[in-house]
Amino acid sequence: MRGVPVRSHLEELLGPVALVVGAALLGTLVSISTQTYFTDTLVKVAIVVALYVFIGNSGVLSFGHISFVALGAWTAGVLTVPPAEKPAIMPNLAHFLLHRHVGNVTSLVLAAVAGGIGAFVVGIPLMRLSGLAAGIATFAVLEITHNLLQYEERIGPGLNAFSSVPETTGLRQAAIGAVICVVVAAVYARSRFGRLLRATREDAAAARAVGASIYRQRLLAFTVSGCLAGLAGGLYVHLLPVQIDSVYLDLTFLTLAMLVVGGATSLLGAVVGALAINALDSWLSVAENGTSLFGWHINLPSGTAEIVIGIVMAAILILKPSGLTGGRELRLPRLPRLRPRVS
Amino acid sequence: MTLSILNISWQTLADGLELGAIYALMAVGIGLVFGVLRLVNFAYGQLVMAGGFALALASQWGWPVWAGIVLCFAVVLALSIAMDVLVFRPLRGHSPAVMLVATFAVAFLLQSIALLWFGSLGKIATSLAFLNRPWAISGVDIRKIAIVAVAVAIVCLLLLQLLLERTSIGLHMRAASMDFATSRMLGVRASRVISFAVLLSGALAAVVAVMLTVQSPLVTPDFALRDTIVVLAGVVVGGLNRLVPATLGGFAIGFATGVLGGALPTNQSQYLPTFVFAAVIVVLLVRPRGLFDFRRTVERV
Repeated sequence: MRGVPVRSHLEELLGPVALVVGAALLGTLVSISTQTYFTDTLVKVAIVVALYVFIGNSGVLSFGHISFVALGAWTAGVLTVPPAEKPAIMPNLAHFLLHRHVGNVTSLVLAAVAGGIGAFVVGIPLMRLSGLAAGIATFAVLEITHNLLQYEERIGPGLNAFSSVPETTGLRQAAIGAVICVVVAAVYARSRFGRLLRATREDAAAARAVGASIYRQRLLAFTVSGCLAGLAGGLYVHLLPVQIDSVYLDLTFLTLAMLVVGGATSLLGAVVGALAINALDSWLSVAENGTSLFGWHINLPSGTAEIVIGIVMAAILILKPSGLTGGRELRLPRLPRLRPRVS
Repeated sequence: MTLSILNISWQTLADGLELGAIYALMAVGIGLVFGVLRLVNFAYGQLVMAGGFALALASQWGWPVWAGIVLCFAVVLALSIAMDVLVFRPLRGHSPAVMLVATFAVAFLLQSIALLWFGSLGKIATSLAFLNRPWAISGVDIRKIAIVAVAVAIVCLLLLQLLLERTSIGLHMRAASMDFATSRMLGVRASRVISFAVLLSGALAAVVAVMLTVQSPLVTPDFALRDTIVVLAGVVVGGLNRLVPATLGGFAIGFATGVLGGALPTNQSQYLPTFVFAAVIVVLLVRPRGLFDFRRTVERV
């Protein structure tokens, strides 16, 4: 769209990036053991932003994105386990993978590529579907990926955890990854393709009437978000020893809930939702081991974190179904608006 | 004795029928609520899980079987009502995505509570274990539960059919699931219909809990979670908009899972979810409106 001032491009990027960078800076102030929570949160931000690119812009629910996170994690993991240790954790690994070894950055790029290819291949048939059929079909993709990765020991550790993958995802790498995801998501959302896809979300018939191909736009968004999900998976496997069940149902539900709690139709919502739920979760996990707040000593029984998170998520969805941000992007205060608001 | 052509034993066939019957009941439970609320209740599996824990506790306390079943019904119905009042009502009329994700949150919450109370190892429900013993019918051994499950499912579905066709509340429910707004204008009480549907769906969850605990007596916090996912897939494959196709879809996926699980050789049966869900994708691509939905409607602007 011509005539949109540069300022509003920056504006939409400003909020999410500032939040991510702020969280990362906050993470540098705390002890190393607490820092892990911040790093983990930033990886979750990357995943939720990846979800937003497809779900937020298309309005179609996908339960399958965690399979692209898993693909990314598997790619980066298999290629960075030191060759000497491969036979120990992956005894049945295919021959051509046994001696391949790449560096940290290359593995992340390949993770993104794997996620993107996976999403593209899956998307070719699946993007014809909408509504519940699309939701269930993407769920089926998650089930199939989980099932195959669990038992295909030629391409990964199967049921074992990805131990001895170099732990290169510190606070800095997670922050850079999250910012990359946010920037890609913002650029995509602002592009002609992002706008067309949102048009199909708002009124499929009208968008079709002006020549937008719902199928192609959805496929593109699915591929882009698959790339980002793959990247996030790469970051994840470099953070902790990922195991097949850590990239399955729980992560799917949690990240989806974060997206909807934040406000699914905006990038800011994705980031806010991920940060808010993770902050609460991290704080509660710390409190389960005993902590003090405003001079009160708190020691929650273990298992409370999940319960409180569940209650909070349900409460937000019931009280404010459009999410914490109402699905809007950040707007700096300005003079009375003369043109209609976009998105 | 086997069906030699397909290499399927009668027990496998019975397992398929049993799982199909149980899944058909779950499908009806999910379909009833979807009909009036347009809400896919993902937390349905957790209702079954709660019922399972009620049965396990009852058998741990040494209660007689009937008391355990009563407790199971009481717990599941109370939980259904609470879910209706606290979650479904406030969310009525919101977008399907928000409602679905809200039921995720509820499912997650209930699972966490179960984890806190009962631990991840779960409890064992033993009081109905005698139903697991085989019954010899003309030389073929079939576990009693398979027969019981099929019989119970048929009775439940017939009763439900009577209720929907012959009572005024059933008429109201059918009207409401056809067109909620219009039926309200014609005097159908919205909240009464919804509460009734939720209660019916809860009662079916309790029945399912009883039968699933016989089939797999170990009740863990993620009990029935996988079954819910499979049933949801089956329901959508069958056609969620109407009850009969949804039920058929649930039965079909249960039957397919049960038979394939028994018929595949061990080195392939670990890939059972892949086969089942690949079939789900194929059916959805060929018939996105549902396998058993034969009406022809064209979306108009």
